Amino acid sequence: MFSILILPNLAMILTFSYWPTLYNAFFSLTDWDFVQPSPIWVGLKNYVDLFQDSEFYLVLRNTAVFTFFTVIVTIIGGLAIAMLLAQRTKISGLARTMTFAPHMIPGAVVGILWMFMFDPQYGLSRWAFALFGQSSPQWTATSKWSLWAIIIAYSWQRLGFVAIIYYCAILDLPAEVFEAARMDGARGWRLFRHMTYPLLHPVTYFLLITGIIASAQAFDIIATLTEGGPGVSSATLTWMVYQKAFIDFDIGSAAAQSMVLFVILMIVTVIQVRVGSKKVDE
Amino acid sequence: MSVPTDVQDRERFEARHPALPGDSPLSGEPATATSSSHGGGAAVPADNEQVQPGPFGRQRRIAPSRIVIYLLMICVLLVFTVPIYWMFSSALKPNSDVYSWPIKWFSMHPTMENFIDAMRTAPFGRFFINSVVTSVVGTALELTFAIMSAYAFAFIRVPLKNFLFMLMLGSMMLPGHVTLLVNYITISRMHLLNTWAGIILPGLGSAFAMFLLYQQMRQVSTEIIEAAVIDGAGHLRRLMQVVLPICRPMVITAGLITFMGKWNEYVWPLIVTSTADMRTLPIGLKFLQSQEGYTNWGAVMAGSVMVAAPMLIVFFIAQKQIVGGISAGALKG
Repeated sequence: MFSILILPNLAMILTFSYWPTLYNAFFSLTDWDFVQPSPIWVGLKNYVDLFQDSEFYLVLRNTAVFTFFTVIVTIIGGLAIAMLLAQRTKISGLARTMTFAPHMIPGAVVGILWMFMFDPQYGLSRWAFALFGQSSPQWTATSKWSLWAIIIAYSWQRLGFVAIIYYCAILDLPAEVFEAARMDGARGWRLFRHMTYPLLHPVTYFLLITGIIASAQAFDIIATLTEGGPGVSSATLTWMVYQKAFIDFDIGSAAAQSMVLFVILMIVTVIQVRVGSKKVDE
Repeated sequence: MSVPTDVQDRERFEARHPALPGDSPLSGEPATATSSSHGGGAAVPADNEQVQPGPFGRQRRIAPSRIVIYLLMICVLLVFTVPIYWMFSSALKPNSDVYSWPIKWFSMHPTMENFIDAMRTAPFGRFFINSVVTSVVGTALELTFAIMSAYAFAFIRVPLKNFLFMLMLGSMMLPGHVTLLVNYITISRMHLLNTWAGIILPGLGSAFAMFLLYQQMRQVSTEIIEAAVIDGAGHLRRLMQVVLPICRPMVITAGLITFMGKWNEYVWPLIVTSTADMRTLPIGLKFLQSQEGYTNWGAVMAGSVMVAAPMLIVFFIAQKQIVGGISAGALKG
């Protein structure tokens, strides 16, 4: 009975998650373009090529910058918004709903909506910069700004998710402890610094890991907003995997890049698990 | 290695805060737990005194800090609402208002012209059907698989159970882009490229929904199950007539979250479909933009509204279940 019940799910997971990952590792050691009858074994050549390619370092840097800023912005911003949402006002409910709404919209819509917002001629960007007597930067058309464009659009969508998770966690905090702290005269910033914030550590930790993993894999907003361009100025590893495989048909290189992404995410996870278990031991 | 971090994280969380209401009867139903603790208000750790409904709180209602809170709240509201409002309003504006300077926040002449234009340029009806079929069928199948395996893990004891459970949850840690290439080849060998089945198939394995349901099923009291066993109910009847009715709220939540993921999915339908008539809505939207020209914003925003509106409607109707499920996955996981 047990095996019948888990079989469909297990079969799907093995066929479409584990098997492809293993097979992908094999592809990264070959040369192929979908057309030739079979892949040609080339050993580590794809990896050697990657690490000698200056463009690849640019992509790695983009991935790091994108991940760093989106995670930091959403965690700090999300916590601040959650603290605010926990205040009971007449518009709290509405603010909560609207904060989460962007998370419900398909990433493709978010990307295209922000492309319009960033339009230096017809978008709200022009209006916002005009308030300060400036003209809008060419967000998506210049390599100076394109990475920031996807960081802003992605953060806008993810903020609501992070804020709502923090908000639910804040509601779950033990009320008695706060009563006691308030009796002791803890108020405002001090209450937050010494009570709320430490109590939320496990949640912050969770959001940090999942945030890094999600950001490093962001795709739909990049694909719709900048398509990695101009050049590779806003290309992250995930975008390059897609571009190499399904635009350039360079399967070996795409597989090698996805293995690099895989290894980086594994290292991040292992570090987080180690650090996390140390914290518990203390 | 395949240990999911969120499980560990939660265990740590609980180990450090044994007093948290994680074990209370309420935690079984995150949606109600959230709303009731909010309604109760006592659990809100407001960092300033005025908001607390204490005996002295009432008179000092219009304290300056209260105004600051309202102002900040309005700022937050604007940050998230303005872009969405801008999308809807631009979709309804005539072209002259879309391109006007200074900006027109409201249009005096709302029109459906952009929607008609968008539908003429791209087969939105077809995109819609593709999205609905693949999302609904995919969700129904994935949810069924998830329920079956969650029940097995929660109620049947077999050797190797823990290993299999970790194996399945561990799949959440494999980045989707690593599997993209080989899945594409697998689907092409099955001759399913550019078909609904091809869009649906690789997404059917379920770890997250299974985990949500497993957590919920573990809370079903053993007495009820034992009573069913004494009545002579087999596993299938126990699942259908005892466990599922009790877990209904979580089944709905897991279904909604799964559906949302499939509706919003981008990269897989993009590579597995190759003709306009097989595209789903999110990919159809990009197609529309490439056909309309990159700055025909009225029509492109009309398309965006058509893609986003179904999800927003689902959200406004089932907000509690969706937020409850997502936060339960994150916090109670």
